Amino acid sequence: MAVLTSDLTQASRREAIAFIFKKAFISALVALVLFSLMIGIRTEAGPTGQLIYWTRFDDLAIIVAVVFVGSIVVELLRQWWGPVGIATAVPPSVQRTLDFAGKAFPPLLLIFAFLVPVIFYDQRYLLDLSILVLTYVMLGWGLNVVVGLAGLLDLGYVAFYAVGAYSYALLSTNFGLSFWMCLPLAGILAACWGVMLGFPVLRLRGDYLAIVTLAFGEIIRLVIINWQSLTGGPNGVSGIPRPSFFGIPFTRGDDGFAARLGIEYSPTHRIVFLFYVILALALLTNWVTIRLRRLPIGRAWEALREDEVACRALGINITTTKLTAFATGAMFGGIAGAFFATRQGFISPESFTFQESALVLAIVVLGGMGSQLGVALAAIALIGGFELFRGFDQYRMLVFGMAMVLLMIWRPRGLISHRAPTVFLKQNTAISAELAREGRG
Amino acid sequence: MSDDTILTVDALSMRFGGVVAVNGLSFTAERRRITALIGPNGAGKTTVFNCITGFYKPTSGAIRLTHDDGRNFRLERLNDFRISKQAKVARTFQNIRLFPGMTALENLMVAQHNALMKASGFTFLGLIGAPSYRAAELHAIDQAKGWLDRIGLLERADDAAGNLPYGDQRRLEIARAMCTEPALLCLDEPAAGLNARESASLSELLLSIRSQGTSILLIEHDMSVVMEISDQIVVMDYGMKIAEGAPQAVRDDPKVVAAYLGADEEEAAAVMESGA
Repeated sequence: MAVLTSDLTQASRREAIAFIFKKAFISALVALVLFSLMIGIRTEAGPTGQLIYWTRFDDLAIIVAVVFVGSIVVELLRQWWGPVGIATAVPPSVQRTLDFAGKAFPPLLLIFAFLVPVIFYDQRYLLDLSILVLTYVMLGWGLNVVVGLAGLLDLGYVAFYAVGAYSYALLSTNFGLSFWMCLPLAGILAACWGVMLGFPVLRLRGDYLAIVTLAFGEIIRLVIINWQSLTGGPNGVSGIPRPSFFGIPFTRGDDGFAARLGIEYSPTHRIVFLFYVILALALLTNWVTIRLRRLPIGRAWEALREDEVACRALGINITTTKLTAFATGAMFGGIAGAFFATRQGFISPESFTFQESALVLAIVVLGGMGSQLGVALAAIALIGGFELFRGFDQYRMLVFGMAMVLLMIWRPRGLISHRAPTVFLKQNTAISAELAREGRG
Repeated sequence: MSDDTILTVDALSMRFGGVVAVNGLSFTAERRRITALIGPNGAGKTTVFNCITGFYKPTSGAIRLTHDDGRNFRLERLNDFRISKQAKVARTFQNIRLFPGMTALENLMVAQHNALMKASGFTFLGLIGAPSYRAAELHAIDQAKGWLDRIGLLERADDAAGNLPYGDQRRLEIARAMCTEPALLCLDEPAAGLNARESASLSELLLSIRSQGTSILLIEHDMSVVMEISDQIVVMDYGMKIAEGAPQAVRDDPKVVAAYLGADEEEAAAVMESGA
């Protein structure tokens, strides 16, 4: 019997090795075809205009070899640490420590977030970066309502960001409304746009919904570019008022924040203030989302993601449920947009391209759809990581892309892929990602 | 139409292009009774179901539902979720449609959406944590617990519905439908895929639901279940009603036997006999 099992494992091992080599060979072949013209042959215009070319077969060979070996390595990593059949024995003490670390992590992260301006007070670059990261955390949490909870694939989220930003910019420059007044207005206006987008796309699902939302995002951008008289077109809106500390501006003058407090003026004050504003807004988004999840509307969103037909059979109004999801997500996007406008002091349509939508969606997907902590971590990893790789110069995108590919191999459903139940009787057991659906709506 | 009639289907027809799935079907279902709709595969039973529960708009005909308090609903005119919300018709599906990534308890909480939505002041009261909503939620959890207990799943309340065994999922789906507090419960093949023991406990569950006052309309192939619990049986074939009556009468009806097993009545009778 023992001999038989070892024979079997040997056979399966041989099969696995053959599979790995086959895959590596195919990858190398694809690389050969792809790079034979791109790298293998170099062409240039000669001094008299004729075409001269020379071959670089040694470089080509190196690239193909790298792809071959790389494919084997990736495949081995996948088999050793991949999601398939991982049954690594962890001693209970280590497991307990890990559990404790998992529980302690979110509060520690929160405390760290509060302390960032204290720790990095002198490092303007880091403060700016953390404000940027928090903006994306908030956007990610907002989109998480639509994509993660309700399962509606929205590729035009940046439209609401733009609506919020332009709402504040135009209301403040034209009517002199203050930032704090405009913040809820921007949210409400963006939510209205969310409902307006929601109505026509109610019947669409999956890919079709994604295409229409993508188009909607582009429409908003094109309207902003072309409606010169209102939005200033490609020139954007400048001179957007900076936020004040409940009426006290952050200026050098006598009535400025520093003078009133009797401390020396520093431009960092405003940055720190902005940091706490966006932190508060992001935490508000988080709090509201967590609350909503435990309310009937939030459960209806998740049920909608799981099975729309069953929802209808239970008497849940699909239309209003989808619209509220769109509106809630859009509202948070709009508020984040207003913050963006006041931080920059200048906005133009260039800030609201499809790339932003894709980035926010990547944050949600990478974080694990529906997971608040996962989205926050993904925003830190994506925005912060992107800055971190600045040292790699032109290889930045390459390193970044590789990191994402590896992450998707190890955690295909996002950093935190399990779902926490919204209500429980005895035990709050996390639900594994294989069961929760991604939604096709 | 007597007071004891909860559902009246009148000359119901449903066409899909050239295909006539249901052709002038009329029958009634009595209050606090179990009415079974049976027939060979492709007879149009599920189409009738989908018309009653609002998933299809019938081509012609009327479906009337009368509540205990005398309120009338024209189901063919109500759309979609209103049939469950206002007319109080709940249904289950032939292929189970639970929310697999949500726990058993959550599934039952979602079913109480409309009541909870009202209690949460359409989210606003709930968001600020109003005590009235807390009380409503506790009540909803109690009701869900009661149902979980009845279907023997109280121990697995916090497990994902998708992780439950097949038979448990069937019963959970029925419990979920019952959590909407329906006047009429429509079950599409609830015994499909169940073993004998599970079928028996299903029959018990359905009888207890009937005794608490809910009317049941049932599509079923498992004749042992149908014959045991039905008060009245409607037999369909090719979109039309071919027989109606008490289980014994239907079983002996030569037309029913013929529909089930062609013209060979003796053989058909034997099968019906063995199933009973």
